[in-house]
Amino acid sequence: MSVRFVIVKLLRAILTIWLVVTFVFFVLRLSGDPVAQLLPDDVDKQTVQFYRELWGLDQPVGVQYLRYIEALLQGDLGISFRNNLDAFQLVMERVPKTALLGGTALLFALGFGIPLGIYAALHRDTAIDRAIMSVAVFGFSLPNFFLGIMLILIFSLQLRWLPSSGSGTWWHLLMPAVTLGTGFGAQIARYARSAMIDVTNRAYMRTAEAKGAGQTRKLYVHALPNAAIPIVTITGMKIGELLGWAVVTETVFAWPGIGRLLTSAVAMRDLAVVQCIMLILAVTMVSANFIVDLAYGWLDPRVRAQRQGER
Amino acid sequence: MAPVLAAQGLSVAISTRDGRTVTPVRNISLALDAGETLAIVGESGCGKTMTCLALSGLLPRRAQVTATSLTLAGEDLATLDRRRAREVRRQRLAVVFQDATNGLNPVKSVGWQVAEAVRLRAGGSRAAASAEAQRLIGRVGLPDPARIMRAYPHQLSGGMNQRAMIALAVAGNPDVLVADEATTALDVTVQAQILTLIAELQREVGMGVVFVTHDLGIVAQIADRVAVMYAGRIVESGPVGEIFAAPRHPYTAGLIASLPRIDRRERDLSVIEGQVPPIDAMPDGCAFAPRCQRAADDCRRTSPPLARLGGVHAACLHPLREMA
Repeated sequence: MSVRFVIVKLLRAILTIWLVVTFVFFVLRLSGDPVAQLLPDDVDKQTVQFYRELWGLDQPVGVQYLRYIEALLQGDLGISFRNNLDAFQLVMERVPKTALLGGTALLFALGFGIPLGIYAALHRDTAIDRAIMSVAVFGFSLPNFFLGIMLILIFSLQLRWLPSSGSGTWWHLLMPAVTLGTGFGAQIARYARSAMIDVTNRAYMRTAEAKGAGQTRKLYVHALPNAAIPIVTITGMKIGELLGWAVVTETVFAWPGIGRLLTSAVAMRDLAVVQCIMLILAVTMVSANFIVDLAYGWLDPRVRAQRQGER
Repeated sequence: MAPVLAAQGLSVAISTRDGRTVTPVRNISLALDAGETLAIVGESGCGKTMTCLALSGLLPRRAQVTATSLTLAGEDLATLDRRRAREVRRQRLAVVFQDATNGLNPVKSVGWQVAEAVRLRAGGSRAAASAEAQRLIGRVGLPDPARIMRAYPHQLSGGMNQRAMIALAVAGNPDVLVADEATTALDVTVQAQILTLIAELQREVGMGVVFVTHDLGIVAQIADRVAVMYAGRIVESGPVGEIFAAPRHPYTAGLIASLPRIDRRERDLSVIEGQVPPIDAMPDGCAFAPRCQRAADDCRRTSPPLARLGGVHAACLHPLREMA
């Protein structure tokens, strides 16, 4: 991998993140006065003015923006309007919880999606293939929050096996992770199936057969490394969606991650916290894409050659 | 000496999705001696590739391959179970296909793929297989074998990939090489080089070669014997010299007449009128009768068997006379 490749990637990442924070900044300023939201209705004008000055909201938007960017470059993400805590710290306290939920959901989705998709592809047009794909379509079309509520109804209210909210134990993790991972896993299964079917029709699979490679060898050594390329692509592309749905899932299960913090911060117009969360989400997305790019080079020699500038 | 590969009454039947059965290969017999080259020629759709795949055991499971006998290096594959038959083929028979660039795995280095073939056919350690792979890559005329070992198929030309495919095929010295249109996609000059390479390797290793092609020019150049296929059957077979000099089957004669010749300028090439009948609508009697100028009423009733005519075998009720 060339230095040029890394530099280009890095510049693009910075541009993306800058666009996100700028967009978020202006949309938030357009969406109403946080002071009016945060203070009770009956406070006097001086108090309102005091807070407006404290948070810099008395300045023109352009000036606010420049101050924000200046602070951001110095690593200062501002103070939460609600409780005067450092916004970054406030958010970072929640990050491990969301990472745990998202990571578990991702593992669940890949752990079920890839093997099921491949199994379906290898048994194409049989009853088992149709069964797996029906389940996948169902899991994919089921709205996330609805699945969460159904799970709570069944496993918490009826069977009383699992806690319906909170994050104290591993048991608490189970339903949110399944809720978040199901739709994702269903999509992965469908992509894995079509990737695998595509690969098994390729001429090099017949060459492997002609060499006398056994079924296991054909699958793991010849087919999977090729099928992995589109599967990795789609996983990388869909990670953003997973983060988006994490907000919903955290709300349904009262999971104390950044998703729930985000919904409450938006409701309260806690600008610094919202901006901070959006920045972290943007950085996560960009990093995920970068990891996918690296994985590409590792999986596909054609991509690797392009990056080294040879043809 | 017993032939290294011999098929008696080989047929391929495929059940289609709508429950019918088509038979792209019908009751063909052929034999190949060690060191000999047998060419199978015919138009697209005549069943020559199906024959190849049936011999190599590469047809999908829903294709039914039947044969009264199918011997490879002394073992009758028709009587062996699937697994054992595969084992015999793996050690004895190699295949080279038309499109080498797609026939090689894009995410594996060429060296790895050749070494894998060495290990699968001959066994041995990884290091030994790798060394043998490098020797083979050099042997098939690829420059700088150490570099080619590390190269990936997309970095090589079609001709180079076909050489790599041949290295992969001759790894571990198979008894039979089946080449299905192995030079069709290549430039004429590269084609000639590849043909020469196959002939050289054939002499070195003493393997029999089944060369499937639609190109009669290649047949004349490399084959010892030729089998002409039409609509799933062999209609004529025999030594190349005799068949080219005096074809007995009207179809063979038509094929030879339709060859463009560099030493003659003809306004119109001779063509065989009509088309191969569709596989699911074979006429009764001789399948070539609808296109045949010599066809008589009996041709449309009875399907002629392959019969000895002088030095060749032909399946025709009204064959051309010798030196017609």
